[in-house]
Amino acid sequence: MRVEFRLSGSGGQGLLLAGIVLAEAAILDDRNAVQTQSYGPEARGGASKAEVVISDEDIDYPKATDPDYLLALTAESYRTYGALMGAGGGRGLIIVDASVPLSSDIKARTVSVPILATAADKVGKKVVANIVALGVLGGISKAASRESLEAAVLKRVPKGTEELNLSALRAGFELAEAALAMRDARRVDAADPRIAAMDDARKARKGVDDGRYR
Amino acid sequence: MTKPQAKLMQGNEACTLGAFAAGLEFYAGYPITPSTEIAELCSEELPKLGGKFIQMEDEIGSIAACIGASLAGKKAMTATSGPGFSLMQECLGYASLTEVPIVIVDVQRMGPSTGMPTSPAQADLMQARWGTHGDHPIVVLAPGNVRECFELTFRAFDIAESLRVPVIVLMDEIVGHMREKVILPDPATLKPGRRAAPESPAGYKPYAADSDGGVPLMADFGTGYRWHVTGLFHDESGRPTQKAETCDRLLRRLSRKVEKAAPSIESHFEESLEEAEIVVVSFGCSAMSALSAVRRARREGLKAGLLRLKSVWPFPDDLVIRACAGASGVVVPEMNLGQLALEVERSLGGRAPVRRLGKVNGELFRPEEIFEAIASVAGREAAE
Amino acid sequence: MSDFLSYFRQDNLPHIWCPGCGHGTVTGAIVRAIARKGLDKNKVCIVSGIGCSSRAVGYLDFDTLHTAHGRALAFATGIKLARPELKVIVMTGDGDCTAIGGNHFIHAARRNIDITTIVMNNNIYGMTSGQYSPMTPKGMYGTTAPYGNLERSFDLCELAKAAGATYVGRATSYHVPLLIDLIEAALGNKGFSVVEAMVQCPTYFGRKNKIGGPVEMLEWIKEGTVNVKAAASLPPEKLAGKALIGELHNAPAPEYTADYDELIAKVQRKFDTFQGGLYGCASNSD
Repeated sequence: MRVEFRLSGSGGQGLLLAGIVLAEAAILDDRNAVQTQSYGPEARGGASKAEVVISDEDIDYPKATDPDYLLALTAESYRTYGALMGAGGGRGLIIVDASVPLSSDIKARTVSVPILATAADKVGKKVVANIVALGVLGGISKAASRESLEAAVLKRVPKGTEELNLSALRAGFELAEAALAMRDARRVDAADPRIAAMDDARKARKGVDDGRYR
Repeated sequence: MTKPQAKLMQGNEACTLGAFAAGLEFYAGYPITPSTEIAELCSEELPKLGGKFIQMEDEIGSIAACIGASLAGKKAMTATSGPGFSLMQECLGYASLTEVPIVIVDVQRMGPSTGMPTSPAQADLMQARWGTHGDHPIVVLAPGNVRECFELTFRAFDIAESLRVPVIVLMDEIVGHMREKVILPDPATLKPGRRAAPESPAGYKPYAADSDGGVPLMADFGTGYRWHVTGLFHDESGRPTQKAETCDRLLRRLSRKVEKAAPSIESHFEESLEEAEIVVVSFGCSAMSALSAVRRARREGLKAGLLRLKSVWPFPDDLVIRACAGASGVVVPEMNLGQLALEVERSLGGRAPVRRLGKVNGELFRPEEIFEAIASVAGREAAE
Repeated sequence: MSDFLSYFRQDNLPHIWCPGCGHGTVTGAIVRAIARKGLDKNKVCIVSGIGCSSRAVGYLDFDTLHTAHGRALAFATGIKLARPELKVIVMTGDGDCTAIGGNHFIHAARRNIDITTIVMNNNIYGMTSGQYSPMTPKGMYGTTAPYGNLERSFDLCELAKAAGATYVGRATSYHVPLLIDLIEAALGNKGFSVVEAMVQCPTYFGRKNKIGGPVEMLEWIKEGTVNVKAAASLPPEKLAGKALIGELHNAPAPEYTADYDELIAKVQRKFDTFQGGLYGCASNSD
């Protein structure tokens, strides 16, 4: 079972790192993961995107074709990538920052979450918005366990910032809980049933398939 | 030694680690997207291993410094992308003729010219083979995923050292930049090879070898052999010569050297080739989309199979002929306007029609594009 | 004389140079300087590019490398960095060094890598039969400057100095004892050293510019130079259009490959628990 994520925002928001940590957490959970990104001038200020594909099976194609989750931290990325959601017939969920005004032109299921504000006001550092976002993505999708997300964050963040980043991640988890609790009001579905299927498949499997062959 | 474990790793990083595992001792390069991570990692790690990293003033200097270091007995590598690879071509021919082992990584991006620096392409396939002037021996390997970046870079060193040829690791922006889960082999199980050295300076002839593709023994500079290396055609002593017979023998030996080793160089991945009626032949990033398309085709009842080349030069004619033996149609998806397809057509010699599927907009194939080509070659309309 | 012959690959002689060419004089001077320094033949590596002068290495009994046009210093940089214990000498010409190889020249100087570079400046591309080079004086003739060269020429020694070379000298095929002295001193400098050797090309430069044969050319070269010590007491008008010869710059500075070895020692101390490269660095991916 394959789950696709697209993380979008502006260059410098650290979404590439968030994508890497998400993929690493999935690996700690014994799943397969591939992370790709758009490179180029975007990385220096324009629209930026990172993609993560997580699956219990071999991942042949590394890009997101019809994302199950779109994270959009800016109005530009919401408009650009939001409009593509569901194009492949999927029922992907948009997780958009609360600072971005929603558009009636974008039809996909959407949940508005105060990611940037939480980073700035609650955690106290704007720069950890990517880790808050990671907590939201992980918490809503359940594509990686909390323990693995925490371990993956600790592995990647600079020395001396561990506590700050962990509190950012946990703040993200809380936002995810709140979003999931509001699902009736905001039409957000519960955690993806395919993730649960992936967990079942993993439990049923004997040992890790080390022989990556492609 | 740490127990190997699953890691999320970038292709460029895996390539560099493959080089370290092979015993890389010297790296010279010039920054260029999308290969730069390789230089960065080498600059950080090589000094810890006692090796040397230098950022040269351009790509010509980079490959030249690598050749110099290799002559001094060190395993040397450079990494670049299209524009830099073009600059390296003259010295690539120098390494071919003088039989100096080096490894060149080309992480392909869109060209020609500056092109689209951050977008993938596979249009250096022919440049990798024919970029330098003159007939010359060369070996080109093409990783199709992160793990293979490690494996084939490691292998590139072994081939370079055993045949005394430049070996190119032909990557692309997708393979180089994507991160995926990999489990690398236990380093203790890897046995990197090294060029065969002469036993004594007495009577040493640096270019003496069996004319049927033999590889001469190579002495390191600074070890008492006092030999001469020149980019001019030379005799067995390394002396410049224009003697017709000697020059003819030299170039034929160089060519034969790689030809003879071709069966051991050949490497590929295949899926569902048994009784395949439609065979997709591809390499590198395009083959990821192709694999996804072939799997879908099989699910939908189309007898499709994939042949993905991991060694592209010398071109594996026999393999392609075998893989396409039962095919009524062949599809060749690649991120250029038909370079691999030319070779596939040549090797098949009309045995099966070949559909060229080129993509040059800087975006990786979507699997359905290849699926549709498979369906259309199979005479069936795509399901969508 | 016979002593010096042992530095030559006598089987490879005779050389390809024209009668009266100055390259043999410089090659002889290099060999004499090496002999005076008592360098171990097995630890000397001589690298050249393309051109008449670059053919010299084929006649010399060391590890020798005749490379691509303009690239001698880049190849030499690889050898020196790979094996700092070797004495690396580059023999190059004015076109090879200052036109196609100009970039490598200034960067080798900037790094102060321990390479002794001998530039045989005959003011012309001899191998391709007489085209003008960046060292052809303005107004003089070449087969591609049939109306006289419009371009200004480099002062190679000033260029080397400005780019960071730590030893710079100039002599000529007329002033042979000085040339040997300068090369010897250059070999003794731990850093990037440049000796410009002005030489005659009677076949192309001399004939095209109606200077005459080898003897007249040597006279012409001699007349065009002033020793740097004498120049100190001469009025500017006596120095106009003259090339200074002698030791022009001697300013030792930390050398690149020695600095790199120090870096290795430092880094290895810092990472003394490092396991050997395969997995230890895997987390540094971005």
